[in-house]
This record gives sequence, structure tokens and C-alpha cells, in this order.
Amino acid sequence: MHVHFLDPYRPGQSPIHKLDSRVKFVLTLAFIFAAALTPTGAWAIYILLLALVLGVEVLSELRVGYVLKRAALALPFILAALPIVFTMPGEPRFILSIGPWALTASLPGLERFISIAIKSWVSVQAAIVLASTTEFPDLLMAMRAVRVPRLLVSIFGLMWRYLFVLADEAIRLMRARLSRSGVSDQAGLKPGGSLAWRARVTGGMAGSLFVRAFERSDRIYMAMLARGYDGEARSEPLQALSGASWVVLALSLFTLLALLVFALLFWA
Amino acid sequence: MSFAHLFSPQPMHIPDGFLSVTVSVILWIVSIVVIAYALRRVAEDLGERQVPLMGVLAAAIFAGQMLNFTVAGGTSGHLMGAAIATILLGPWASILVLTTVVGVQALIFQDGGLLALGANIFNMAVIGTAVSYFVYQTVLRLTRGQRWGVLAGGFLAAWGSIVIASLAVGLQLALSGTSPANIAIPAMGAIHALIGVGEGLITIGALALISATRPDLLKAGEARPTGGRAVWIGGLLIALILAIISPLASSHPDGLEWVAEQKGFLDVAQGPLYEIIPDYVFPGQINEAVATIIAGIIGTILVFGIALAVAYARRNRASASS
Amino acid sequence: MHHSIEIDHLSFSYPDGHAALRQVTMHIQPGEKVALVGPNGAGKSTLILHLNGILTGQGEIRVAGLPVTKPNLGKVRARVGLVFQNPDDQLFSPTVYEDVAFGPLYQGFPPAEVRQRVAEALTVVNMRNYEKRISHHLSAGEKKRIAIATVLSMKPEVLVLDEPTAGLDPRARRSLIQLLQELPLTMLVSTHDMHMVKEIFPRMIIMDEGRIVADGPTDLLMQNEELLCAHGLEKP
Repeated sequence: MHVHFLDPYRPGQSPIHKLDSRVKFVLTLAFIFAAALTPTGAWAIYILLLALVLGVEVLSELRVGYVLKRAALALPFILAALPIVFTMPGEPRFILSIGPWALTASLPGLERFISIAIKSWVSVQAAIVLASTTEFPDLLMAMRAVRVPRLLVSIFGLMWRYLFVLADEAIRLMRARLSRSGVSDQAGLKPGGSLAWRARVTGGMAGSLFVRAFERSDRIYMAMLARGYDGEARSEPLQALSGASWVVLALSLFTLLALLVFALLFWA
Repeated sequence: MSFAHLFSPQPMHIPDGFLSVTVSVILWIVSIVVIAYALRRVAEDLGERQVPLMGVLAAAIFAGQMLNFTVAGGTSGHLMGAAIATILLGPWASILVLTTVVGVQALIFQDGGLLALGANIFNMAVIGTAVSYFVYQTVLRLTRGQRWGVLAGGFLAAWGSIVIASLAVGLQLALSGTSPANIAIPAMGAIHALIGVGEGLITIGALALISATRPDLLKAGEARPTGGRAVWIGGLLIALILAIISPLASSHPDGLEWVAEQKGFLDVAQGPLYEIIPDYVFPGQINEAVATIIAGIIGTILVFGIALAVAYARRNRASASS
Repeated sequence: MHHSIEIDHLSFSYPDGHAALRQVTMHIQPGEKVALVGPNGAGKSTLILHLNGILTGQGEIRVAGLPVTKPNLGKVRARVGLVFQNPDDQLFSPTVYEDVAFGPLYQGFPPAEVRQRVAEALTVVNMRNYEKRISHHLSAGEKKRIAIATVLSMKPEVLVLDEPTAGLDPRARRSLIQLLQELPLTMLVSTHDMHMVKEIFPRMIIMDEGRIVADGPTDLLMQNEELLCAHGLEKP
């Protein structure tokens, strides 16, 4: 079995798939930036942002259910923001009793908590759409376009190339460990070993993964030398952005800006 | 056997929405400066081997984070890898490798946000490496390069880097007004004091295997590269500052809040950016309610309408052409 | 008396929808040595991963009389020794001793018993003096033997090997074949090495595209060149 199915890219021919990756990259960042700048409690703007990202999901022909399910991954972190519901001063809303404690939820606290949750939720959806409709080499191109240093882009590229190879290796290691994690029929034995031993074995697996990665990188380096590599990362120059791409970029940025101005007018 | 848990988000990766714009932007700038310097150092120290070595090691750290062991009651421990990366690669390459790992996690797997990426890089790559380097080097020198010194140094570096980075996460959440300092900082610290033990034990296991099979690979961590002293001092300072600020901030959350408000940290909504729009344009509460309803309805209909129309047109075209 | 391996109507699809096993049925008697052959992608490795519940498909599997179901997995894994194709995946401890000791340690045996089991397992594979050696530094043939020892130390009833002779030089291959021949265990071995199949496996199962396409005496099936050819195999 291979872990390729974890690659979030979903091939397709939708307008979002075809959109220049540089435009998508910048717009995703701009969208997340706009969500971050939207004031607490600007519900209408949140609805609009959500409508925007859902609209793009429909356009991208990704299943909206898929995006929403994936977006739930980021949900547990919301626990970190939960306390402000009860600690922010303001008009009390309801009282939560847990055993001997009574926690008073305030209105500003609730507003802030829900705002954080929605911002996080729409932002992660935008990031999912980007990753699901853009192949990694195109993302690398977008990184170059926004002036990420070439050396760093090369490291990203090489990491991507070997990511699934090494993830497979990790899974095979875990399977081999699991296969030998047996329970004896003999009575009175406690299986599993100590916690420290289990952690150390896992460390051994990680260590063997790293040693093999080092040796693999040596072989890759030699194969690169054999093809004339001299340490200079070269790549083809980026193509100019097409007229249509510029229009999409400008219009979308304008929409986001208008949304933001609207938000600031009413809720700042 | 399901592998879904392998990509469960870790409490260390901050998603978007949780940090204020000010905190995010400042940490982006700090991270970019550090990365730019690390790129220069690595180009000089490692030479042309750098790209394959760092690329494959980044993939290995990513894969290594998938390895887990049962702790108790369905929970499991796994590796973050800042200490092991620092020990195997030296500080500068480690910063770049961890930046790549955190970057791919955000960009591809949405583990951590994109606007929050600067902060996540700062916490895991910069703090993780600097604190690991400071602790590991110090222990190595104190134990004069004995094998047990390597293992003890690895354990302490792993534990220390995790705990200090988590304190930084707590502090950033508090500065952003997302979580009260007297809850976020001690909670993050306490959870990661436990997680850090797992990290430390795995690091010992990895170092034991590596020192047995390829002891030469540990040379990079023992060597003192150009600028190594700066990293050592940086690690010391970060550890000190966070160790001092965290209990202070937790016991005086109002103080932190005061700082945050003074600096416009809490919410940029109250910041100077918004003051350019005069208050008298749309005064009153009624406008807000009306605006909410109008914007909600029109916006939703508009955006959805366009999207559905385009999707519908495309489907028709597809069926017409087939 | 139960069969060592009983698989009935086993089907399995990967999460991406690819059907890897379709209605596989096979029964293997205690003491039998069976070869599993077929082209790459036929489903051999997927089938093997079902024998100790690492993958779970639809259908029934019993190993050494135990149904392979969630509550039984621990006991099943103690009875089936699975040797993976790449020994590097199986040897993840610094020394040979620790690798071979993993199974008994996990099962919770006292230290004396663990030491004895390691010694016995290493003796069986003719690697008695390798306890302190670094696994990573061994030759491919030696790693393979150690990998087999890591499951023998659990005293399994059934030994399952995935392409054991792949990547070995002729001498290492020869001594491995001899070892497999001598081991008094029920054995299911997935392989492309038709010469080995002919030499030591009286029974042969051919898989292709997730199905069992032939199951019978090796001598008989080897004569059917048409059948072998149709499934990407060669007569030795």
C-alpha cells in the first residue's frame, strides 16, 4: 500500500484548476489575510467570506463535503480559544456549572470565540482548495513568483519528491513492528513492555529512517553529479502572467478589498 | 489499520484565525530574516551537497513524525524532530529543513495556517533549533563528549525545545487575545512538558541507533559552525526570556492584556488602520443590523448564483460536446 | 485438527477504490509449504498483510484455528511470523539482539526466557554469534536471516515470507533456500523465484489481478506453460 492517497491534489478541469497557480496562491493568501483583518462580530462579512469560499469550492468541482470534512481536521485547536468565552468581561450570557465550578459566559467572549472559529474555518477551506486544485510543481512556481529564495524552493521540491517514498518506509516500519506485537497464550504475561521501551523502539525506527535517508541523499547527490549538477539550482524563467490572469487577480483582490472596507465601515 | 491519525493536527501547529494580524506579521518578518541568514550560512558550510541532503532529510522528518507509540487510553506519542534535526544537521540546515517541513504541512496538509505559518516556522524551526542547539551543545561540553552525554543532551534538547516552543505558542495566543494568558501559557506548558518526555525518549532511541550504526553522522551536531555561537546565545536568550516571561504573564494576565491593548495587539479592529474611516459615515446600531441582513442575503445569492451558473453552463457544454 | 491458514471469500479494496483482492479462498494444512506466485500487483503482498490483521477486508480468515478479528489480533500476531520483503523495515534496533528480542519483550516474557528465545532463534538461522552486531552493517543475506530470527523468537506456528530471495546473491540465496527447507513450520511464501518454488514447495498458488487463478501441485502447474505465460510467469 502507498500513502499517495494522502496527497490532497484532486485532478480536474475546472476553472479553478486551470487558474494560474501564482494567482491562486496570492488570492488564497489575500483571502486569509482579509479574514484575519475582519473585525470580531462582523457576521455579515463572515457570511460573505464563507459564501465566497463555498462558491469557489463549487466552481472547482471538488465535492463540498470533501472540503468540509478535511476542514474539520483543524477543529480541535479551537479548544485553545474556548476559555475566552468565560474570561472576557462583559454582559453575562449563560452560566455553565461543572461540578463545584460555575463559569459565566460573556457576550463579548462568545462573539470573539465564534469569530475566531469562523475565521479559522473559512481560512482552512481556502487553503484546502489551493492544495486540492494545484499540483505541487505549480505551487513551487508560485513560490518562486513571490520571491521565495531558489535554494529553499529546491529543498521544497526535493522534499516533495521523496515525501511519499519515506512515508511508505515509515508505514512499512510500523507494520513490521505491529506484526511482531503479539500476545502470548501463556497466562500472567503483560504484553506491551514499558512506556520508555516503546518510546525507545519508536526512536530506533526513526533513527533507522534517518540513517537510510542520509544514505539515500548520498546516492541522489551522486546521481545528480552524474548528470552534470554543479551545486547551482537552475530553473527555467517564469512565464509572464496572461492578460486574463491579471484581470482575475485584480478583480478578486478588488472584491476582497471592497469586502474589507465594507467590514470596517460598519463594524470597526 | 487506519493511518488517518497520522495527520491529526498537533497542538503546536497554529491554524489561521487564532493569531492577530500584528503578531502574525511580526513573526513572519522575524522568520524571514532568520531563514535568509540560514540560507547564506548553509550555502557556505555545506556546499553543493546541501539540496539533496536537506530535501531528503526534510522528507525523513515528515515521515518520522508519522511514527508513533501507544501511551495510554488511545493516546499516542510521536516525534516533532527539532532536536534530532539540529543534532544531525547543525543549526542552520536544521532551521531550513524544519521550515520546509512546517511549510509543506501548512501548504499541503493544512496542518497549521498560512498567515500563521510565519509564527509556526518561528516556534518550531527557529525556537526549536536554537533551544535544541543551546541545550545539546551545553550538555556535550559539560559531559566532554561521552556517549551518555550525547543521549542525555538529546533528551534534554528535545524536551526543552518542545516546552519552550509551546510556551511561545501560549504567549502568542495570549498576545493575540485568543486565549487568556493565565490559562493558555500554563496549559500549553503542562501538556508539552508531558509530550516533551515522549519526544525526549524517541530522540534517545534515534540517537542510540545512529550512534551505533553511523556515528559519523553525529559530527554535524558536535561541530561548531560559523555563527554557531550566535545560535547558542539565541537559544539561551529565548529559553531564558520565555522561562521568565511565562510565569509572569500567567500570574499577571491583566498586565499582558494591558501591553497588548497599548500596542494595538489585541485586535487590529481597534487599531489605527481602521481610524481612517470616519465614524459619522454610518452611525448607529440600526445600520449594522440592516447591513448584516442585506450583505448576507445579497452576497450569498450573488456568489452562489454565479458559481452555480458557471458550473451549470460548464456541465451543459460538457454534455453538448460529448 | 484445524487448518493452519483458512481464508474464505476474502475481498479487499484500498481507500482509493482499487480492488486488490477479489473473493480469495485458500486452505493450508499444518506443515504444508506453499508458494504464492503471480505478477507484480497481483495482490500477493496485500493478501499476506491480511494474515495478521494489518489490513482487514471482507471475508473470513482463521489462522491456527483463531479467527482474525480485532479481539484476537494480539494472539494471531504471536502465531503468525511475518517476514517483510525489505529487512531494513524489520530491523529497527541498534543491535541484532534487540531486534530479535523485540517480539518476546513485547509479549512480556521474563528476561531469562527472552535471552533463551533469542539464542534459540539465532541458532536456527545459523547466526549464533551475531547478537552484538549492528543490524545496519550486515550483508543482505545476513539481514534476511536476522529478519527471520526476529519472528522465530516469537515461536510462531505459521511462517509467512514476502519475496525472501529478492536481491540476494547466489550464495546467500542458496543458504536461505536451505534454511526454509529445514524449518519445520507451516509456510506461505510469496515469490518470483520459480526455481526456488520448484525446488522446495510441493504446492503452488497463482494469483493475478486479486484472484486465485490456479492452486495445485507445483509439478503439475509448472508443466502448463500456457497458464504460466498468461500470468506473467516463466517455467524454470
